Amino acid sequence: MSDTVTGAARTAPQAGGRGVNPDGSAPGYAPGRTLPLRVEFVRQLRRRRTAVLFGLLLALPWILVVAFEIGVRTGRPGGSLRISDLATEGGLNFAAFSLSVSANFLLAVAVAVFCGDTVASEAGWSSLRYLLAAPIPRDRLLRQKLVVALGYSTAAVVCLPVMALLAGTLAFGWNDVRVPGTGEVIPALDVLPRFAVVVGYVLVSQLVVAALAFLLSVGTDSPLGAVGGAVGLVIVSTILQAVDALGSLREFLPTFWNTAWLDALASEPDFSGMIKGVAVAVTYSVLLIAFAFRRFRRRDVVA
Amino acid sequence: MRFRGRAAAWVAAAVVLVLGAVTWLVWPSESRVRVLEQAITVVDGPADDQRVTLDTSFFPPADGGRAPAVLLAHGFGGSKQSVRDAAERLAREGYAVLTWSARGFGRSTGQIALNSPDYEVKDVRQLVDWLAGRPEVLLDGSGDPRVGIAGGSYGGAVALMTAAHDDRIDAIVPQITWYDLADALFPDAGGKGPGNGVFKRMWAGLFFSRGGAPAAGGGIASLTGAVPGAVPTGAGDGAGSTPGGAGGSTAPGRTPTAEEVRCGRFLPEICDMYQEVAETGRATPEAVETLRRSSPVSVQGRIRIPTLLIQGRRDSLFPLEHADANARAIAATGAPVGVAWFDGGHDGGDGEVDRLHEQTLAWFDHYLKGAGGAGRPAEVAAFTVTRDGGRDPGTRRQVQLHATADAYPGLSGSSRTAVALEGAEQPVAGPPGGSPASISSLPGFGALAGQGGLSLSVDMAGQSASFESAPLAAPLQVTGSSTVRVRVRVLSGGSAGSGGADGPRDAGEGSGDSRGSGGARDVTLFAKLYDTAEGTAAPILPEGLVAPVRLTVPEGAEAAEAVVRLPAIDHRFEAGHRLRVTFTTTDLAYDSPDAPAVYAVSLASPELTAPVHAALRTPATGPAWWTWALPLAAVVAAAALVLAGRRRPADEHVPELDAVPLRIEGLTKAYRNGERAVDDLSFTVERGQVLGLLGPNGAGKTTTMRMMMGLIRPDAGQIRIFGHRVVPGAPVLSRLGSFVEGAGFLPHLSGRANLELYWKATGRPAADAHLEEALEIAGLGGALERAVRTYSQGMRQRLAIAQAMLGLPDLLVLDEPTNGLDPPQIREMREVLIRYAARGRTVIVSSHLLAEVEQTCSHVVVMHRGRLVTAGPVSELLSGDRVRSGGTGARLEDVFLDLIGEKA
Repeated sequence: MSDTVTGAARTAPQAGGRGVNPDGSAPGYAPGRTLPLRVEFVRQLRRRRTAVLFGLLLALPWILVVAFEIGVRTGRPGGSLRISDLATEGGLNFAAFSLSVSANFLLAVAVAVFCGDTVASEAGWSSLRYLLAAPIPRDRLLRQKLVVALGYSTAAVVCLPVMALLAGTLAFGWNDVRVPGTGEVIPALDVLPRFAVVVGYVLVSQLVVAALAFLLSVGTDSPLGAVGGAVGLVIVSTILQAVDALGSLREFLPTFWNTAWLDALASEPDFSGMIKGVAVAVTYSVLLIAFAFRRFRRRDVVA
Repeated sequence: MRFRGRAAAWVAAAVVLVLGAVTWLVWPSESRVRVLEQAITVVDGPADDQRVTLDTSFFPPADGGRAPAVLLAHGFGGSKQSVRDAAERLAREGYAVLTWSARGFGRSTGQIALNSPDYEVKDVRQLVDWLAGRPEVLLDGSGDPRVGIAGGSYGGAVALMTAAHDDRIDAIVPQITWYDLADALFPDAGGKGPGNGVFKRMWAGLFFSRGGAPAAGGGIASLTGAVPGAVPTGAGDGAGSTPGGAGGSTAPGRTPTAEEVRCGRFLPEICDMYQEVAETGRATPEAVETLRRSSPVSVQGRIRIPTLLIQGRRDSLFPLEHADANARAIAATGAPVGVAWFDGGHDGGDGEVDRLHEQTLAWFDHYLKGAGGAGRPAEVAAFTVTRDGGRDPGTRRQVQLHATADAYPGLSGSSRTAVALEGAEQPVAGPPGGSPASISSLPGFGALAGQGGLSLSVDMAGQSASFESAPLAAPLQVTGSSTVRVRVRVLSGGSAGSGGADGPRDAGEGSGDSRGSGGARDVTLFAKLYDTAEGTAAPILPEGLVAPVRLTVPEGAEAAEAVVRLPAIDHRFEAGHRLRVTFTTTDLAYDSPDAPAVYAVSLASPELTAPVHAALRTPATGPAWWTWALPLAAVVAAAALVLAGRRRPADEHVPELDAVPLRIEGLTKAYRNGERAVDDLSFTVERGQVLGLLGPNGAGKTTTMRMMMGLIRPDAGQIRIFGHRVVPGAPVLSRLGSFVEGAGFLPHLSGRANLELYWKATGRPAADAHLEEALEIAGLGGALERAVRTYSQGMRQRLAIAQAMLGLPDLLVLDEPTNGLDPPQIREMREVLIRYAARGRTVIVSSHLLAEVEQTCSHVVVMHRGRLVTAGPVSELLSGDRVRSGGTGARLEDVFLDLIGEKA
């Protein structure tokens, strides 16, 4: 093996000043070309947790379909108008139900995993130091990782309702939407664009979880800690939400507006809650992400 | 130092936080309001000869001094305790507040006279006298305090009645109260007055029973707690539940007398009157006279002070018509009048406690304290209607919007819209005995209907006739009483027409009459205005209100007609919805005829006239200010966070050092605890050298290497690689290959994929990687395609060194590279490194295998406890005069031990 190395050395540009860039970097190196998104995407793609999470998200609608098929219908149809009772009305109703049962926790966990694990796991594997010494500028590394993590999160949040729509349509048919509570019926085609808004809103509302997980990820070597911390926030916030005494202060809890998207599926959609939810989510996540960048830039990487 | 500073900062922050929290928790939330409980004896009665002791509470103004006074009256069946919270609230706002249990209620003595001018009004006037003697009360003149009265229901009526009989009263806020008690109990939507009215049997029964025998529990709170602004709901203190009370109150453990059971604490005249009308279901002229003596209708034109009339939209006992009549009567005197229809009333609803308090306060602040000068108070509109704003998206609670207008138009609206109704003449049956009865609302159990406007309304089959409009093309906001002209024919049966109150009507007698032919016939109908939508939704009966009407078909005539004023509502009929007018022959809450009958009901003119008040508008509310301000502020703060402290140091390139692979000057790095890992380290590595970095564990070798990679920042000193200063992410690091403190691979990927992806992550051309050569060094063979997690320590080590050599960097830094390698591999590695350096590249190796360094390295740097011990060519070190321990020969190990032993 020694021969090859020597041979290679002979053909390579001679060390020491020749052929290097003005900033002292090796030929072909440019900070802006380091860690392309495609590379980071591939690095994360073949991880087991990615496969497990997506498998779970894609399987859940089918599990629910089976559950509804097995379950014995009690009570007369139309007697109760809860969202769970209307799930079998059609594909869109089913998708709304699937989203409502998963948005609070399952999707939050998925997002927390994708965003909380991304830097912490590199630190845990010790690969972070080699990426930084490659060198990938710290801000760029964080940016690329954030973009890819958010991309995976988006895919997770989108794939569940889409699969639920597919499963629900196959199982219960492409029917008009019955609104929970009032029992009104809205044509399916009218609801479809609103459904897109709903998915978009759920995405934005999970941004806080993503940002917190990312901030924790930057500060720890333990992916579990980052994910757990972000999920812990969801739990604490949900608990605080139940304290009525907090009054309107609760509106500023990061999870408070998580169910506001239900208003978009009413016969007369009300977007005011969603607007507030977006405002709160953007506020928290922008700040948390800024802290993440600031922290990572100053941090001594010892892992 | 640094550590201690940080700890101190954290401790300080924690202390401040805890102190803040404790202060916040311990801080007295509200000043306590003092209260003076006192029995005040008054003299009343027609001849001013009855002594009554009133149980009162006086709340001096919280901030001292002389302040305007407010008399706070309680609702029917309540006591002074019912209004205690409201009284304390007003006292805190700087009013002297007096509450009392009216005669016949609570611990006060006397009997209930229904706000008679001879009894209750005289009592209140003497309370005003008492107030005039208090040093806390502001006086307008001798014996004339500055005083307002507020109260709900029974208490609202006494406010109105006292205002008419005592000109010392300066402002009043009567709530959910009556204008004409006779009309409230015997309403007739045909406009023929209480004499022709339909008995409101259920409400009347509840009303009179509350002043009677002991109530069983607090099941029916809507009378006592009717005015949430002044009377907290549920705080009703039933008259009979107060032990020791005089009058008709029954002490526990004692069997009440027959008279007590019959009349409770009512004045016998009132009691007799009620028993008579309740039995017949018709108001006698004497009863109307008695009830009207207790009603503002009898004092028209005598209330000339600012009056804020707050009436409930959900009130089938004292509907909005009463506030309307009061408003017209008072406004006619030129006094300022405000009218507010709120979400509440005797049938439940939200109550809007805080809103009513604010409005009451604003009214009194303006007219009693004189704040805000002339004109009307800015906070109270001439006409306010609480409308449903849907659910708050956050709390999921009902939201109230307040539509306001500068003028109160009355129940006919400022304009009228005609809506065409369709429907042929329909036969309806009056069931014998009036049962089963249709349902509009359940008096006393308004809470059952809930806040969501759940419609209880049920129309019995065969007993109703409906007339419906076409779907509305545009939304219609009805504010007031719609009217419709109805025509009725008697097909069979029916009650004997009375044409007025002509004494007791016996049900059996009426039934007998109905068999006969001829004679006038009475027809009782209940008119409802429904909002119906297409599809499955049930029709909505706004506020559960119904308008009873009694028509008389004269003898010989075929039919009777009447203009029916439908219940006063504020309701928005959405586009696409229909208006439906329904006439039923029965209603659970009212007295329905016992005689079976069949009528034919039709519309005399096929339209409904709906009142509209377009000026009544809800102030437009955009999204809350923070929905845009908060994200904006966050973005600015985030930008500041990211940009602040972002130093882009100039490259500080020193061209003279272009050919020097590594120069370290004064490098220092301390741990958190202040101990120095690297202390003032300086050395230079020239091209072509294989430098050994030697030192025992903890000497600072690895820390130094981390600083070379830009992973950690030195506290002082600098590192230059080829003349470029090393900072995190410095481009010059692309000419550095490194392997420090173990391998770092993605365990789920194969060795080859790891190396390929690593090189792609550097963004450099694939051809520059020399991947195959590096892989050859790793010598992993087929294992290359396996996931790294299956590798042994040695395999990872070799793969990591191969990764460090990717791109054949000009400076290679390896930390303990031979760890985990077997002897042949070690030998090969040694040769690789020597050859690598032979071509003008530079290798820095740290190792604890001294013999290994001795054989591989040309130069050596010895470190101990972060400091440089010695540096120089290995050969020089071995032959130099530093070797003092004779006899053992020139081995690096000896030199090393000697060096550090000396330092230690």
